[in-house]
Amino acid sequence: MLNPKLKLNPKIFNDDVEQAPIRKGFGEGLLLAGEKDENVVGLCADLTESTQMHLFANKFPERFIQVGVAEQNLVTITSGLAAMGKIPFCSSYAMFSPGRNWEQIRTTITYNDRPVKIAGSHAGISVGPDGGTHQALEDIALMRVMPNIDVISPCDAIEAKKATQALAKTKKPAYLRLAREKTPIVTTEETPFEIGEAEIYWLPDVGLAQIGIIATGSLMYRALLAAKELETEGIKTKVMNLASIKPIDKDAIITLAKECRAIVTVEEHQIAGGMGSAVAEVLAQNFPVPIEFIGIQDKFGQSGSPDELIEHYGMGKNSIKEAVKKVLTRKI
Amino acid sequence: MSYLSEEKILELSKKANDIRISIIEMLVEAGSGHTAGPLGMADIFTLFYFHILQHDPKNPAWEERDRFVLSNGHICPVFYATMAHAGYFPIEELKTLRKLGTRLQGHPHREYLPYIENSSGPLGSGLSQAVGMALADRMDKKDKDRFIYCFLSDGEMDAGNTWEAMMLAGKNKLRNLIAIVDRNNIQIEGFTEDVMPLEPFHAKWKAFNWHVIEVSGHDFRALNEVVEEAQAIYEKPTVIIAHTIPGKGVKEFERDYKWHGKPPSKEEGEMALKELRNLRF
Repeated sequence: MLNPKLKLNPKIFNDDVEQAPIRKGFGEGLLLAGEKDENVVGLCADLTESTQMHLFANKFPERFIQVGVAEQNLVTITSGLAAMGKIPFCSSYAMFSPGRNWEQIRTTITYNDRPVKIAGSHAGISVGPDGGTHQALEDIALMRVMPNIDVISPCDAIEAKKATQALAKTKKPAYLRLAREKTPIVTTEETPFEIGEAEIYWLPDVGLAQIGIIATGSLMYRALLAAKELETEGIKTKVMNLASIKPIDKDAIITLAKECRAIVTVEEHQIAGGMGSAVAEVLAQNFPVPIEFIGIQDKFGQSGSPDELIEHYGMGKNSIKEAVKKVLTRKI
Repeated sequence: MSYLSEEKILELSKKANDIRISIIEMLVEAGSGHTAGPLGMADIFTLFYFHILQHDPKNPAWEERDRFVLSNGHICPVFYATMAHAGYFPIEELKTLRKLGTRLQGHPHREYLPYIENSSGPLGSGLSQAVGMALADRMDKKDKDRFIYCFLSDGEMDAGNTWEAMMLAGKNKLRNLIAIVDRNNIQIEGFTEDVMPLEPFHAKWKAFNWHVIEVSGHDFRALNEVVEEAQAIYEKPTVIIAHTIPGKGVKEFERDYKWHGKPPSKEEGEMALKELRNLRF
């Protein structure tokens, strides 16, 4: 059942569940953060509407900077703004920022310790028809290997809105991963969100879970669908939403592993270096259990509809269910 | 800043020579580091830290200070030596350059040396940080109160990020931004015009909507005057193309790109120090 304490969307399993792009929550959150703090500034590289920064730019044109198609400049300019006390949010497609400007982010933002917030939109395979060039499947890995930066991957628009507002209050660099496509709304305004804390969104009605599923980003919805069907097939699971990939909630992950003794991770990202790898790093050192990884298996993407691509690359509901059944046989 | 008297120019010349001596001493002690750029920029650093910059070594975090961004971090021996001579930290500390636990990292790091505005080393991203600072001051209506200065090298003009920053500064007419390019014509692998030609350099900056001034990088009076001119330009950012001699002050090191990225040996250092110490003013 959905964890009743978290006040998740009760209509999540309805066919007509409300959907919204995760990036939309970023746009709304930035507007709210901008209203609250006049030091919040926005920068974009010619993708203001696509990344939903236009809501902020329209309201605060004097606090918005259009840098053109220049992602290296995008992030280095933010470093200078942050040096003067601003809280800059910069947005582009994840493939270009942090895809194109990694060293600039490292030297001028994380090494330099400037509280810049980098929003990478259109992350994951679900960008769809634009094809492989535009599908950022490596961004979590690129960002989480750096010291001194938070990495947040919200599961829906409401969580993205909360994450954006939360990041506006921290003094640290951060990467916020956003998706383009409409995604079912999993949470509600009342659902808690804290940087560094993971939450169990789904749990057995009674008794212990047999398998722990840890998901991040838009695939959270599919993980919940899988969990619900598995329940009817007699397999009890818990589903954790790991929006905060860094800092990572070690205690929650270890507790889940101790209960379930086997884990499936689910993300729209290369398996190498992604959220699943981060979970594996925690468990290998603290409580090793078998893990199955749902994600992209060392390949580039291609054109297609988002749903087609998620199925094609083995990240759909049935793939998650199969991974759960497979890891059941490996349980310690 | 103000008019430079003859006495002041003499004082600055002596100070620059002291800084060059410190540069040689610290490089020999460190056993690695860059020689040509630091010696070539010693006069400009001296003029800025002892005449132009609004700053307070005893209160480095003074909010109203000018902002100084060093983009080509590899010339940090001159940066550190100048800061030490200006009173930011003991001159003795220069001997710790590049050693474990030092505040004087091989390339500058803010976490270790908080008196500086930015960490640097990887080339091409300093000007855009300075552009960000200038934009912030414009938003806060402080762009008449102070200047954002950025020192960069001609070699790093190969980097696209620098040109992106130039475009944005030109677009926004950042009058509070003054860039000084160390036009010493060398980079690691050779002369800039062989590695990647920059000429017509002046025309390129101009085409990006900057006010462009060329000056000798070793003439205090001329340098001081062009900085005053830059401060008076209202509708554009200004770049000062400072023609410098790499390795300036030590005949053996001058104009030779081989001295870009290596330190003097002990013997070469002694020869250089002898030359610098025997200078008559």
